[in-house]
Amino acid sequence: MIRKLRDQLGANNFLLLITIVLFIAMYIAGIIVYRENNFGRFQVFLNLFISNAGLIVAAVGMTMVLITGGIDISVGSMVAMTCMLLAWMMENKKIGAIPAIIIVLLIGVIFGLVQGLLIAYLKIQPFIVTLAGMFFARGMTAVISTDIISIKNETFLKVANAKIYLPFGGYVNKKGVMIYPYIYPSVIIGIIVLIIIFYILKFTKFGRSIYAVGGNEQSALLMGLNVKRTKLKVYVLNGFLAALAGFVFCLNTSGGFVEQAKGFEMEAIAAAVIGGTLLTGGIGNVLGSLFGVLIKGTIETFITFQGTLSSWWTKIVIAALLCFFIILQSILASTKHKRLKST
Amino acid sequence: MNKEKEVLLTMRNIDKRFPGVTALSKVDFTLRAGEIHALMGENGAGKSTLIKVLTGVEEADGGEIHMQGIEHPIQNRSPQEAQANGISTVYQEINLCPNLSVAENIFIGREPKKFGRVDWKTINRKAKEILDRFQIHIDVTKPLENYSVAIQQMVAIARAVDISSRVLILDEPTSSLDEQEVEKLFNVMRNLKEQGIGIIFVTHFLEQVYKVSDRITVLRNGTLVGEFETNKLPRVQLVAKMIGKEFDDLSMIKNKVDLSKNQEKAGVILEAEQLGRTGAIKPFDLKIRKGEVVGLSGLLGSGRSEMSRVIYGAERADTGVLKWKGKKLVVNVPMDAMKAGITYLPENRMTEGIIADLSVRENIIIALQAKHGILHLMSRKEQEEFTDRYIDLLQIKTPDRDVPISQLSGGNQQKVILARWLLTNPEFMILDEPTRGIDVGTKAEIQKLVLSLAEKGKSIIFISSEIEEMLRVCSRMIILRDGSKVGELDEDRLTQEEIMKAIAGGGYHA
Amino acid sequence: MPKLKTLWRKLTGYSLFFPLTCLAIVLIINLIKTPTFFHISINNGVLYGFIIDILNRSSELIILAVGMTLVVAGSGGTDISVGAVSAVAGAVTIFSLVGSMSSDIYRIPYGLAILLGLLGGMACGAFNGFLVAKLRIQPMVATLILFTAGRGIAQVITQGFILYVRKEQFKYLGNFIPGIPVPTPIFVAILVVAVTLLVLKKTALGLYIQTVGINAKSARLVGLNATLIIFLVYTFSGLCAGIAGMIITSRVYSIDANNAGLNMELDAILAVAIGGNSLGGGKFSLAGSIIGAITIQALTTSLYAMKVTADQLPVYKAIVVIFIVMLQSAELKRMLHSMLNKHSIRKAGRKVA
Repeated sequence: MIRKLRDQLGANNFLLLITIVLFIAMYIAGIIVYRENNFGRFQVFLNLFISNAGLIVAAVGMTMVLITGGIDISVGSMVAMTCMLLAWMMENKKIGAIPAIIIVLLIGVIFGLVQGLLIAYLKIQPFIVTLAGMFFARGMTAVISTDIISIKNETFLKVANAKIYLPFGGYVNKKGVMIYPYIYPSVIIGIIVLIIIFYILKFTKFGRSIYAVGGNEQSALLMGLNVKRTKLKVYVLNGFLAALAGFVFCLNTSGGFVEQAKGFEMEAIAAAVIGGTLLTGGIGNVLGSLFGVLIKGTIETFITFQGTLSSWWTKIVIAALLCFFIILQSILASTKHKRLKST
Repeated sequence: MNKEKEVLLTMRNIDKRFPGVTALSKVDFTLRAGEIHALMGENGAGKSTLIKVLTGVEEADGGEIHMQGIEHPIQNRSPQEAQANGISTVYQEINLCPNLSVAENIFIGREPKKFGRVDWKTINRKAKEILDRFQIHIDVTKPLENYSVAIQQMVAIARAVDISSRVLILDEPTSSLDEQEVEKLFNVMRNLKEQGIGIIFVTHFLEQVYKVSDRITVLRNGTLVGEFETNKLPRVQLVAKMIGKEFDDLSMIKNKVDLSKNQEKAGVILEAEQLGRTGAIKPFDLKIRKGEVVGLSGLLGSGRSEMSRVIYGAERADTGVLKWKGKKLVVNVPMDAMKAGITYLPENRMTEGIIADLSVRENIIIALQAKHGILHLMSRKEQEEFTDRYIDLLQIKTPDRDVPISQLSGGNQQKVILARWLLTNPEFMILDEPTRGIDVGTKAEIQKLVLSLAEKGKSIIFISSEIEEMLRVCSRMIILRDGSKVGELDEDRLTQEEIMKAIAGGGYHA
Repeated sequence: MPKLKTLWRKLTGYSLFFPLTCLAIVLIINLIKTPTFFHISINNGVLYGFIIDILNRSSELIILAVGMTLVVAGSGGTDISVGAVSAVAGAVTIFSLVGSMSSDIYRIPYGLAILLGLLGGMACGAFNGFLVAKLRIQPMVATLILFTAGRGIAQVITQGFILYVRKEQFKYLGNFIPGIPVPTPIFVAILVVAVTLLVLKKTALGLYIQTVGINAKSARLVGLNATLIIFLVYTFSGLCAGIAGMIITSRVYSIDANNAGLNMELDAILAVAIGGNSLGGGKFSLAGSIIGAITIQALTTSLYAMKVTADQLPVYKAIVVIFIVMLQSAELKRMLHSMLNKHSIRKAGRKVA
């Protein structure tokens, strides 16, 4: 039965389906187990987005990079550098919020451009290039400042703390007042990025080239696609998204410090893998990555609601899921291989 | 009426040299509109180089290419340029993206758009239309990897044809197709031919050439042997032209070392009963005696390599039994065969033979070392002694025993690999194309070596594309065709005529 | 002149030329900046000085780099879990010694606890090896699992506490043994290197690893068990991570699951690369990796001496990494070559004209 379903959907959608089913199952389990804690409230669901908006942006960018068959482990450091730079510019240099944001986004683009040139044109392994990028950005964060800078810029905080109430999904509290659920602007940015990248990947020539390059670089070349330029564009775009993720992250934390967002890139990679992206390239879907992020968020929520479990359980459970998905992918790949061989 | 068809493409005096090798020398090729033109030749004949020059993968060192309707000689520097000039290629290893949908594979790089976005509806509709024309009714929205190689091939052809090509090159398109699929492909090819497209059909399969092609061009050793009309060229003659010995030029074969005497006395050393592997080689029986040189003969893809690989355990057999000196021998991995005293010199020296960055010494001792086991490292002195002995014995030309093997010439690399196996003191050696791509002098040395080894009582399986060479060293020959053993020729029937007849199959005439 | 040229070629062709040059550059800059750089003195009965400090601090890195070198050589991939695995090993040892409370009483013999820690490291390595060798998962992806989970597992073992071993003897491994003026970690590093070299020289393992790394297909055809060899190198890398974990925990006589061995995997990979080893696998030089590790530590120590803070250090490391990989980039060489060629052709053309 499962095999038939797999064949019907193709490996790609099959992995995505597993992820979505897993998320829904986990969520329903949560609603049942933690009914006392009001796990079922819509706000709890929205909180998944609120606390992971930055990760959504980063995971979406990472998915795109992974589809080309590459990797970018500089993202976490980029987020830290962006946060620090924003805080430092606004607090220590009294630069306005808007120019500061534009500057960090530009830096993200330049960062991505350098990494992309090294990877696409000098053919240096993405892992090594972005490892250097990771070192560089983390170090620069400390060069900017080794203090914890919290942001007090009014414009920035206004945006960061602007609750946007939804006209539905509310509940009536004990006093009989209708409480509507809310989100922050960061969530809207995350969702917009998701939609835009989804659109790019699905409906533009550039997006389709990304899949082709990851599927078979040699073929893509023979079919007349510009492989190098495609790769370069992907890393530039991802540099921009990493900076944007930093900005969104900063909206949540309202400050910068050196150790911020450590291991963030691995969370993004894990989300993408759990969402069905193959690290060998060619297969992946930003929607899956969103669910990957949501699964991670749900596990965190479980652990908070549980109260007695410590936060490191999140990492263990995520790693276990990662392991499960990686082995599943490997099995799917090998059965496919066998099947093709036998025909 | 074929002759009146207009000429579509001409290649004149094409030269192509690679460092140390002349791949093509003054080769001409002519393709007419609405014909299927088979390009034939054994390994190293220059077929693929000619195709690469035509499609812009390689640049020719000399010669001209003309396309009908283009005034100047064309020069393709990339596959894209070739495509722009109306030349498309479908390769054996299909150059599509398996992760993309069937429809997308047909349209990627030239997607129809609507309001600036990729118009999936049109892509899927058009793809369906195109494939319908090919009589292929599949769901074009599914990933390509869901479909068989045959379908993938058709999709590649559909893409090529849809990019308005006038010349379509099919490079070994049938190697992984079954009979029905081949038939379907041929229908498509005939259909395209009707539309006036010129098709270059590169293949090893004789049957198929006679079934579908109008004309045959034969290459050998980088030179043009000739262009023939298919229905006027008997099959045996075609084989003769490919293999290099004119059929009517039956020069005397040198007398071999007189092996037949000690063979009769010697017992069977290796015996296979219904040994086989699905998709590679159909179950076969085989008996090889001590001191015998047995040739496996057949064209490339006939199963000659696969047969030897199954014996050695390079590929695990899934049917049948192997017997070694009368006892059952289970070969799951090469080490099992090595332990019994069987060695294997693989067909592809570069990818399966040499260990590129390691030194000549390490390359020579590695197999014996593996046999000794990890804990019993041979002393440096011992290694050097062995190495020097074989450098001397086989006259391996190397500046030093410790230079990387990759710095040696092809012939000397092959000698190193031979030394590797001789060092293990085998009783049974499988040599798959040991002389391919090697200069004439070394070739003769290796042939002599094989004979002297047999004289010393070693049994040998010898595989070569060159029939003359086979005649010189083999005392018996197994004939293979299309993945199965079709016959044996023993000593007294070992003539070129018999062999070619057996390889070609289906008698004298097409 | 031609003699000089051949000498130069011979020198640059020597495989350790590049890593040694890197190290020399770092040391020379140091000597200029800090004239006392090479001074060694004896304070309180122990050796003291920049050089000793560099060697001492680089011990863990050398040990990790030894394991990483073999992983890279045999599988053409990297093991990014070693930092986390050393935290796991440290946690196992300390937990089995003192339980979940900081203490000065051993529950089990010290030697047994070390053994358990090392076994823990090896188990992690074997897990990685199984994924890479048997399931054929890309090394980086396979080791990502323990990279993510390792510190969590260490936390579970220590139950989230920073556990201290308040016993003088426990500090010996990571500091000094009374009466011996040389820091113990140096001995451990020497021991690991010596044993590894001995195994590589006295058995055929080194040859096997290179063969598998260069051409796994050929390796199989000459009778080697490629799967087993790849499995072994990952297990060994786990063991090395375990040993490093022992030193790290002993230095601070405690285990902090969050920070023990943090980012060490990146330095270890870097050490291998600086050592002139191709990250694509195949031929390897253990000596190169060791020099690479010392270079990284020398760079770190000297930057500290120049008042660069620990946090800013990565910037310089990044510049060094990029510089090195660009030097090694075949594509860059090709591009420069074709540029030079064009130039000379143009020149030649002008001459003709």
